Amino acid sequence: MTLRPLLLALAFATAFSPLASSAQDAPAAAHGEMAPIAIGDIAITGPFTRATLPNAPVGGGFLTLTNNGTEDDRLLSASSPIARDTQIHEMAMEGDVMKMRQLVDGLVIPAGQSVVLEPGGYHIMFMGLTQALVEGETVPVTLTFEKAGTITIDLPVGTAAADAPSGHMGH
Amino acid sequence: MNLTHLRTVLWTLVAVAALAATGLYVYTTMTRTSQVAGLGQADYQLLTAAGDAFTRDSLKGSPSMLFFGFTHCPEVCPTSLAEMTSWYEALGDEAKDLRSFFVTVDPERDTAAVIDDYVSWTGHVTGVTGTPDEIAKAAQSWGVFYEKVPLEGSDYTMDHTASIFLVNAAGEFEGTIAYRESSDTALAKLRRLLEG
Repeated sequence: MTLRPLLLALAFATAFSPLASSAQDAPAAAHGEMAPIAIGDIAITGPFTRATLPNAPVGGGFLTLTNNGTEDDRLLSASSPIARDTQIHEMAMEGDVMKMRQLVDGLVIPAGQSVVLEPGGYHIMFMGLTQALVEGETVPVTLTFEKAGTITIDLPVGTAAADAPSGHMGH
Repeated sequence: MNLTHLRTVLWTLVAVAALAATGLYVYTTMTRTSQVAGLGQADYQLLTAAGDAFTRDSLKGSPSMLFFGFTHCPEVCPTSLAEMTSWYEALGDEAKDLRSFFVTVDPERDTAAVIDDYVSWTGHVTGVTGTPDEIAKAAQSWGVFYEKVPLEGSDYTMDHTASIFLVNAAGEFEGTIAYRESSDTALAKLRRLLEG
C-alpha cells in the first residue's frame, strides 16, 4: 500500500493538543458540510473517525453533542457493526503518561451545553474491529441517549491523523 | 554615590548574576546527567518480532528511537508510529543509521506475530515483546510507567508513558520526543542525535 496520502496528511496535520474535553456554551460552531443531525433536543455535529493503520485492532469515533433542551441528558451507550465491542471512553495525557478510562455511566450532556468527543479526550472506542477503516468511506454508529432516544449516524472516515472532519479546519 | 561608582556596582552585580547563572546551569546539567545515566542500563531479555534477542546491548552500535506501547492503543501508538514513519521520510538518507523499536507493554496480547503485523507497514520499526517479567524489567529500567485498566467484559486497556526515547549509538539515553511534539522540533532532535 502507498503511505503517501497518510504521510502528506501527517505533514499537514496541525499538532495541537486538544484540551481535555469540557462542556462549552452552546451553540456549537457548525462543523464540516454535513446536514445537521438531531434527535430530540440533542444535535450531533462534526462526526468523524480516523482511517486505521494496517492491522490496528481498535479505532475511535468523534463528534460534538449539543443539548438544546432544558434538562441534562446522557449518552448511555454506542454500538457499531464494525466492532466486537463499542464503549465510551475518556483519554487524558497526565504528564507523559497516556491514561484511558471507560465511562461506564455514560457521558452527561448538560442542558444548553455542548460536549466534544475529540482526539485526546472523550471518544467512542471501537474494540475488536471487524474491518479496516478506509479513508473516504463511512462507518455506522448507533448512539443511545437516556432521554433523547436512539439514533444511527454515519461517521465519515478521515485520514489516520485527522483531528477534525475533513473540510473543517482548526478549532 | 557618584555615577561612576554606581556604574561599577551595577556591572559587578551583572557579573555576579552571570556567574551564578552559569554555575546553576552547570550544576543542573551535571545532576541531570547523573540522574539519567542509568536509564535503560539494567539487564532485560526481550525478543524482536523476528525472534532475535533484544537486550540492552541491542541498542548499541547506532542511534535509535525507542517507544513503549501496545497494539490495542486507541490513538497515541498509531499516531506515534505514523509520525516516526514520517520523520524517516523527511530525513531520507540522514536517517539510514537510525533504528526504531516498538516495545509492547501488553505482552499477553502482543505476541511476536501480532506486534510484527502492527509495525511492519512502517518499513522501519522493529516490534519487541517478551515475558511479562522481562517487559517489566525493561520498562522499569527506562522509567516507563504502564498499568492495566479493566474495561467492561473481559477486555482491558493500558495506561502507559507515551514519550519516544532517543538513544545514542552507545545505547545511552539522549532525550525524548513528547507525544504530538511539532515535527520541526522532533526532526531537530533526531538530527542532533544522528550527528552524535
